Formats: sequence, structure tokens, C-alpha cells
Amino acid sequence: MTDADRADFLQGMKDCVPIVLGSGAFGVLFGALAVDNGMSMYQAVLMSATIYAGASQMVGIDLFGSNVAPWLIVLSIFAVNFRHVLYSATIGPRLKSFSFAKKALAFFLLVDPQFAESERRAERGKPISFSWYLGMAIPTYCCWVTEAAIGAYFGKFIGDPTAYGLDFLLPAYFLGLVIGFRRRRNWLPVVLTSGVISVIAYKTVGSPWHVSIGAIAGVVLAAIMVKPASSEPVADYEAGDA
Amino acid sequence: METASSEITWIIIAGAILTYMARFGGHVVLSRFKSVPPRVLAALDAVPAAVMTTLFAPVALTNGWPEAIAMGLVLLVGLRFNMTAMLVTACVSIVALRHLFG
Repeated sequence: MTDADRADFLQGMKDCVPIVLGSGAFGVLFGALAVDNGMSMYQAVLMSATIYAGASQMVGIDLFGSNVAPWLIVLSIFAVNFRHVLYSATIGPRLKSFSFAKKALAFFLLVDPQFAESERRAERGKPISFSWYLGMAIPTYCCWVTEAAIGAYFGKFIGDPTAYGLDFLLPAYFLGLVIGFRRRRNWLPVVLTSGVISVIAYKTVGSPWHVSIGAIAGVVLAAIMVKPASSEPVADYEAGDA
Repeated sequence: METASSEITWIIIAGAILTYMARFGGHVVLSRFKSVPPRVLAALDAVPAAVMTTLFAPVALTNGWPEAIAMGLVLLVGLRFNMTAMLVTACVSIVALRHLFG
């Protein structure tokens, strides 16, 4: 490990502090709710360690408690996580220097904040090194899995998380990430469209579909807003300007 | 009726495999093309803001006044200060506002 690797790894660890703090309550809450919905502590930890995607885990435990066919639960988890296809396609060119094995590990750890922080780092013109990526991803992953175990074990002692405003941390965190992207082209129209459509979908179709529907609306708008003149030259995916 | 325990384990494993395929697949599919049209690039560029907006907008607009006002305060703080300041604002303001409106 070179000095530069060590510095990158430490920088990654620093960058993940707000994420670990912001998602901490959510991770514990997941463990507590999972046990409350009839899962064992082992299953709660297994779910956090293998699926590793908070919103879809919440959807999963919600459906375990109801009379929904297993394949439909799997499909719902996949629907909520389908956005990762887009993350993967966006971040792929930035990981050009990674070997296949490193990419395989990096994509497993590609959660929402990992993606957002990677994009932010790339936007500042800094390379996504494997050391930085792991410095950020390893503590985030370890905390997430540990939190599920803590929540499953101590769930009944936490009481009401809304009393401390902990339930509000995660949405506020996502708002913070969106504000961080405000210099991207068509940012305001995309955010307004996704925001309005997701609220309408939330009221009509219901959760969790408002995520996919709202996101698709904003993404489609961005594609439509590209000027016809600029659609002549074809950009290079591998150049990393995605 | 609740889902049986052994079924839950299998659902978790199937969900994990599909989630990993989504995380790896996007890149695998796009890297097969030598070049990608600008519309696709613009769409990809909009992904993070579009997805993450849907994760806070319904909370801000459908939960009630405390959440709406607190989210507005977080937005104002976020235009000037960093993430930690935003999260502190979120926690303090939501507890105070829920107390006030509760």
C-alpha cells in the first residue's frame, strides 16, 4: 500500500462519516422492524449483508408481514433496486482502472450514498481510486450490517424513533445530496418534475412505486430536453463523461 | 398469513442476487456499446437528482406542516453550509416543530 493509497483510503473514511451518521438510525430501525415483522435476527442481518439497500429491505419486511406471494416480494425488491442499473451505467466509466475482481466488489458496494459521493468526487475532478472507494464503502457496509444486528437485538428498547426526529434524518440527507448536484444541466426542471410526479404517484399508486415512477419522469425529461443539434455527434461512453 | 421463515430466507437470497445483477448489469450492458447517444448521457446525468428527489419529496409535502417547514429550513441551510449542518438542522427543527404543532 503506497502513501497515496493510504491517504485516499483515509479520505474515503472521512467522506463516509455523514453517511454513517445519517443512515445509522435507519439501519437500526430496519433491524427492529424486521424482528417485529416475524424475521429472525439472523435473517435481518443476512438481508442487510446481502441485499444491502435500505429502501428495498424496508419494502421486503413490510411484505413479509402480509399475505403476498414470495415471487411478488422478490419482484418488489428488484423494482425498488432497479435504479442501480442506472448508477452502474453512470459510474462504470469512472472505474476504468479497476480490474474485473475489483469492479465485481465495487458494484456490490454501490449503494445510494456511495454513488452520490463518487459522483461528487468526480465532479470536483478527483479520480475514483480503489483505495478511496473502499475507504468509503467498508465502514459504511460494516456499520449497516452491525446496525441490523443491534436493531434486531435491542429493538424493543428504542421505543419511538420519531421522538428524536431520527426518522427525518434520511430524507434530509437525500435533500442534501440533491442540493449538491445543483450545477448539473437541467437540474431544476428534473428535480421539480421528479418531485411533483413522485408526490402524485405516492398519493395515487402508493409506496414504493413512487420512487420508480418519479425517477423515470425526471430522467425522461432530461433526455427530451437535449437539443436536437447536439444529438448528431455521438459521445464516447468509455471517456467517462456520462 | 405471514410468509414462512424458510421462504423468507430464500426471498432474501433471490432479492440479493437480482440486486447485484442490477448493480453490475448497467455497466456491463452499456460498455458493450462503443459510443452512447447524447440523450442517453443526459438521461444518466439526471439519474441521481431524479431518484433522490423521490426519496424526500413525499415526506416534505404529504406528512404535515412540521416536515414541510423543517425540509424548507434544511434546504436553506444546504445552499450555504455542509451536510453535517443540514442534518443537525433537520434533527433540531423537526423535534421543535413537532412539539409546536403536536
